[in-house]
Amino acid sequence: MSLALEGKASFLSELAQVFPKDRLLEQAAQLTPYESDALTAFRAKPLAVVLPETAEEVIAAVRLCAKHRVPFVARGSGTSLSGGSLPIDGGLLIGLNRMNRLLRLDPKERVAVVQPGFINLNVTKAAEPYGLYYAPDPSSQPVSTIGGNLAFNSGGAHCLKYGMTSNHVLGLKAVLPSGEVVELGGESLEAVGPDWLGLFVGSEGLLGIALEITLRLLPKPERYHTVLAAYDSLERAGDAVAAVVASGLLPGALEIMDSLAIEAAEAAVHAGYPREARALLIVELEGEALEVEAEAGELARVIEDSGAYEVRIAQSAEERLKIWKGRKAAFSAVGRLSPDYIVQDGVVPRSKLGQALSEIEGLSERYGLRVANVFHAGDGNLHPLVLYDGKKPGELERAEELAGEILRLCIRLGGSITGEHGVGMEKRQYLGEMFGAGDLEAMKRIRLAVDPDELSNRGKMFPGGDAPALKLRGAHPLEQAGVISRE
Amino acid sequence: MILRPSTPQEVQEIVRTHNKLLPRGGGTKTRLSTPRAGQTALDLSGLSGVLEYDPGEYVFVAQAGTRLSEVAAMLAQNGQYLPFDPPFVEAGATLGGTVATGLSGPMRQRYGGVRDFILGVRFVDGEGNLVRGGGKVVKNAAGFDLPKLMAGSLGRLGVLVEVAFKVFPFPRATATLKVTFGSLERALEALYQLSTSVLEFYALDLETDPATLTLRIGGLPETLPARLDRLRQFLGNPPEHTLLLEGEAERGYWAFVNKLEVNSANADTRCEHGSLVKVPIQPSKIPALEAALGPGMRRYLAAGNLLYLNWLDPIPRLDALLRSQGLSGLVLRGSAEPVHGDTLESPLIGVDLSQTFGARVRAALDPSGRFSSYP
Repeated sequence: MSLALEGKASFLSELAQVFPKDRLLEQAAQLTPYESDALTAFRAKPLAVVLPETAEEVIAAVRLCAKHRVPFVARGSGTSLSGGSLPIDGGLLIGLNRMNRLLRLDPKERVAVVQPGFINLNVTKAAEPYGLYYAPDPSSQPVSTIGGNLAFNSGGAHCLKYGMTSNHVLGLKAVLPSGEVVELGGESLEAVGPDWLGLFVGSEGLLGIALEITLRLLPKPERYHTVLAAYDSLERAGDAVAAVVASGLLPGALEIMDSLAIEAAEAAVHAGYPREARALLIVELEGEALEVEAEAGELARVIEDSGAYEVRIAQSAEERLKIWKGRKAAFSAVGRLSPDYIVQDGVVPRSKLGQALSEIEGLSERYGLRVANVFHAGDGNLHPLVLYDGKKPGELERAEELAGEILRLCIRLGGSITGEHGVGMEKRQYLGEMFGAGDLEAMKRIRLAVDPDELSNRGKMFPGGDAPALKLRGAHPLEQAGVISRE
Repeated sequence: MILRPSTPQEVQEIVRTHNKLLPRGGGTKTRLSTPRAGQTALDLSGLSGVLEYDPGEYVFVAQAGTRLSEVAAMLAQNGQYLPFDPPFVEAGATLGGTVATGLSGPMRQRYGGVRDFILGVRFVDGEGNLVRGGGKVVKNAAGFDLPKLMAGSLGRLGVLVEVAFKVFPFPRATATLKVTFGSLERALEALYQLSTSVLEFYALDLETDPATLTLRIGGLPETLPARLDRLRQFLGNPPEHTLLLEGEAERGYWAFVNKLEVNSANADTRCEHGSLVKVPIQPSKIPALEAALGPGMRRYLAAGNLLYLNWLDPIPRLDALLRSQGLSGLVLRGSAEPVHGDTLESPLIGVDLSQTFGARVRAALDPSGRFSSYP
């Protein structure tokens, strides 16, 4: 959608009254870096990019969009794996990276107030001197922003026990697509009245842009106990997860990697994993030292009974980080095994993990494409990586089709099409398979009540609408550099 | 008139053919479940029963009218519990009523409140459409988070017919330590130190008269004695003013707290002459609120984040008092509960939270205003 020439000129000239030249980008060469996010298969060319430094500038930009009916997309670091921050052809892209200030940190009340462009990991860095941390830990956390995490309700490896981003946002100030400014939630862990804040978080940028975000901080666990167990089959590793859960222990993280993922991780970061293993299980207990020590004994018995042929326990913080480094690098490392890949993040009930994995194996054979599996076993969140070579004609399309089959499998098994990446541009067509027409219609009514012209992140999440062309781009530059990974 | 549907389809039919409906579950929050003039009560107790439960999933799905006591018993058989610890279990509160009022109890301290544990909902909107949101897996980012939206919605956005929750294993052993301090200031200082420490609590409550912290810990039975020692040391080994509760006595104590009657110094006066009001707060605001309320026994739950206040005076006075403190409240029970009162005051008092965003979402889900009969 593009404005008529005259309207476009007046929109841009009004923007120029708010933003200096170096923060209003209009030249083709300046716009190129913003054409896609971490879902690099899609790209679109925005009309312009603005880089606000204050909430007032964001509000002014949104009000101009409302006045001229120009669709807009807010973007943080552009690490969305679902194409959530993909620009709109002819729309405005509002880059929030410069809105990166910590506005307040109150260690006694355990809250931090940040601007949307503040980096996830920097919240924990700011809180650490007080023995506190920010729990949600998506693998993109060294670069992804709190605003983006909020829009897509980002997860991480610790969601079973501590929940997702939504469980750690206490309040926010936002500008609605109409240009009005509202405050939702507060600083208490409790509230009265409908949870408007809960609706806004995870709404994929469709209901407005967060300007100030109040986050809840937790005391850092006193002790971690990290166990790596090797199995000769994926099924055994899956059974071990069930046994751990049945024991009544509540680990902070339960992760599984299959042999293809192990191979990739070893090639990339030399984590020291047993290379011949068919599956690796990582279990991490955390909490008060006395309790964790006692639980460790219990966990050791469960793991021993589960048929692991090799068990390693991290003896130091360094060893723990090494185990996690291999796990967190597994995705970008897959790039060493294949020129291209697609990552999905469907969820299945934990008891269906074994069935899901064996069906994925069957699909892999049928499509003639390798699939590596790395997943958050504790919460049933799969991360199948479909490997393909985009230079071979038809292979991208086959990979897309296979990835779609996996999403349908997740729906059929009673799960979800996305655990933490969001629907974005990528999974729009599957949202209608997970929900009924009436369910989507209710969501759409909410969207239209807040944004009648569908200006805010137009074209995302809901099925239908114009899709930008699929193009083969290869891995994101940050990913190639090993800074971020897709999970 | 009371309507008592037994299927979601009957709820849809009723919503399409009636105006000014007041959905209710067990009727334990009388101020919210008693119909006013022109309102028709929609009793959801006929939609009862657990639909799915696999202990290994930490998830169950149930009809909205299912009683908490039934769910608690089912979970306990598998060593699990509702981590947000909803009140009024014995009194007959239901899952739907708990979600619609957004109520959690002392144990929300450990893992979070009702909004943090609800995974999925089915509800009938103001036009009679059956709408599903969320799912029944513990991690899900697909579509708008309608389950969270329903937490605290007071039946004004839709009638809940089905809910899905995440649950957790209950600790194999628990113990509770009550420590009394010389003053509220000292108790608050200890609360701050504990809540930012590495020590983990299932409950961390502050009572005001006398200033007391009630600390519940849980875990493996063999570690509890050493952890209690450590806790006492952390508190500077308080001398005689401590009380340790264990075993049956401890469970009985928390079952009593669950009734939310402990705020009244004199149990005889609780409901006949007062109102029970939920007040979200944070520890830094407690001293000023205490000064404004004057002498009395109050219990702040979850490290100073939640007060269930027993208020003996007229509600408009409390409304003004909360406003002056920058706080809001929800009246759950009250002595002045006219069945056919002519005023339709909102049970939401204090700082006004109604706003542009909420008004638009409400209009989207209930365009004809079937559920919204007070401002």
